[in-house]
Amino acid sequence: MNKITHIKSHITPMMIDDIDTDIIIPAQYLTQTSQSGFGEFAFARLKAEPDFVLNQALFQNSRVLLAGDNFGCGSSREHAVWTIKELGYQAVIAPSFADIFSNNAKKNGLLLVTMDATQCQHWATTATKKDHMCHINIASQVVTYQSTSHHFDIDPFFKWCLTHGQDDLDYLHSQLPEIKTWEQRQQKLYLDIFGGQP
Amino acid sequence: MKHNIIEKIWQQHLIKSNSGFPDILGIDFALIHEVTSAQAFQQLADKHIPIRHPERLLATVDHSIPTRDDREQVHDPIAANQMATLRNNCQEHGIKLYDMGSGHQGIVHVIGPELGVTQPGMTLVCGDSHTATHGAFGALAFGIGTSTLAHVMATGALLMHPPKVMRVHFEGELAANCSAKDMVLHLIAQLGVGGATGHVIEYTGDAVKSLSMEQRMTLCNMSIECGAMAGVVAPDETTFAYIFGKPHAPKGQQWDLAVEHWRSLTSDSDCHYDAITAIQLDSVKPMVTWGTNPAQASHIDDQIPKTAHSHDALAYTRLTGSDQLAGTSIDWAFVGSCTNGRIEDLRVVADVLKNNTIAQHVTMYIVPGSEQVRKQAINEGLDAIFKQAGASFRQPGCSMCLAMNDDVVPAGARCISTTNRNFIGRQGTGSITHLASPLTVAHSAIHGHISAAMTNTINQQEHCNE
Repeated sequence: MNKITHIKSHITPMMIDDIDTDIIIPAQYLTQTSQSGFGEFAFARLKAEPDFVLNQALFQNSRVLLAGDNFGCGSSREHAVWTIKELGYQAVIAPSFADIFSNNAKKNGLLLVTMDATQCQHWATTATKKDHMCHINIASQVVTYQSTSHHFDIDPFFKWCLTHGQDDLDYLHSQLPEIKTWEQRQQKLYLDIFGGQP
Repeated sequence: MKHNIIEKIWQQHLIKSNSGFPDILGIDFALIHEVTSAQAFQQLADKHIPIRHPERLLATVDHSIPTRDDREQVHDPIAANQMATLRNNCQEHGIKLYDMGSGHQGIVHVIGPELGVTQPGMTLVCGDSHTATHGAFGALAFGIGTSTLAHVMATGALLMHPPKVMRVHFEGELAANCSAKDMVLHLIAQLGVGGATGHVIEYTGDAVKSLSMEQRMTLCNMSIECGAMAGVVAPDETTFAYIFGKPHAPKGQQWDLAVEHWRSLTSDSDCHYDAITAIQLDSVKPMVTWGTNPAQASHIDDQIPKTAHSHDALAYTRLTGSDQLAGTSIDWAFVGSCTNGRIEDLRVVADVLKNNTIAQHVTMYIVPGSEQVRKQAINEGLDAIFKQAGASFRQPGCSMCLAMNDDVVPAGARCISTTNRNFIGRQGTGSITHLASPLTVAHSAIHGHISAAMTNTINQQEHCNE
């Protein structure tokens, strides 16, 4: 995971509620076996509309996506996170996020900032000018835009991983002794009950 | 201390709980398929981390495989490569793979239960959001992303914060022409697509207890469509009877010990829930979606809501000028998926199609959830009924649920479907999807328009123990 402590970027406003993972990357593009190559199919259906925000030159090179409620709902495909990362985004701000999407975002260093819907809408209306920069300070958990600041919650372990560039699999893997102890306990349950075949 | 069933399963699988860190949760079993696993194997290969417990993994191909009789011929070279990658990975790491023609290939969430792999009290994961299906057995089962799958393959555990628990209590009795599909669509319509986010749902009430295992699977399957990562039904005699004798089920004395353990997996009376929702079933009628997410559903003969919120969805589904769903002409009918691709679902459909023919302008696909379901259907003569009615009875897989293979609803065509998502373009670019129960789909196929049964004409209890 790449180390990130600050994000400075103008905002891409995509104020649609319930953006599901099928919208982000439709199923027909999921047959690849690599973790890249999805960006060109990102938001394929919406991109067909000329007015769609990602078709506007103003929002190229943006690092912060501002979206509607329940972002990332639907399927568990991590491809949705890979796709958003491939578009260059480092953070998504929205009123709420779906659970599996949130977990997948953490595994890929994509910061999700929860902010209330009125504030999101307010920022979106002013986000159409490129010179309005948004600053995210991950250490202090503050996002600043224009003259407004918003303090956001973050999972402390994810914050540590993100600001130190650490992969959480390394941490989990370092816990193998404890995992083995639990397995012996669990295996006893299975040996007693299931004949060792879970 | 009183605990609900989810807390009990969590405690039994909690390896470590440290302040400031997510919990480390032991995972008993993982199911894998071709679409979300390749990158997990690659991640581990890149880090030179071996797979710790290949015996706690089971693989199959389901998402992108064709359902033609000559399905071994995969025309899309990228999809073919993805399947070949799974085969190579399974062979290299000693993972059991139920491939096409093995006798047990099928949708992951259909084969887990039918093999007896899914058992009460276990933690089970899969790179698929409909893993919630297995909660019907009193297991804590949920969908994970590819990186988390890599974590599970590397360690047999994952990192996670304990979920909140919502109790959904179904009160009253379900009408004879309704099923678990109508129950869950009704629930999702009430809660909204994000209404249970952050929660695991425990389904309770006599109406749940009286459901067959396959109906409970339908109920739990769609938990994710209201945002819940899992849905659970406490195990009972119906559960034990279903598991008994399955290939992976405990046998002999171990069976008795297992059942004794499983009986402890119920929520204590007066235990804590983070949220409680009561759903009254007496007024529920057959449910059909009118919009572009599963919460946009109503009774088949209700007025379609015309609000600012429904405007865009109705424009897409071309129902802006319609008053109600009943009577809307359809082009396609689809029966299948991890939601409704099991033998009981096929029996319900066959019972309606028997001595009937589907409307001339309708194309109907019936895709069994597994090779076992297909075999059973043929043994019972259902294939002949489907054929005589004019439906195409196909080879097992996910098929038209997500249109990753050749089974695609054409642009502009309207499909009534037993699947779980009616997102824009889900069944093919430009396709229109109406989610409904197998009974409603079968009736609609005959009439050529959205139509519900007056009464449920099949007695499912007769079949549920077969």
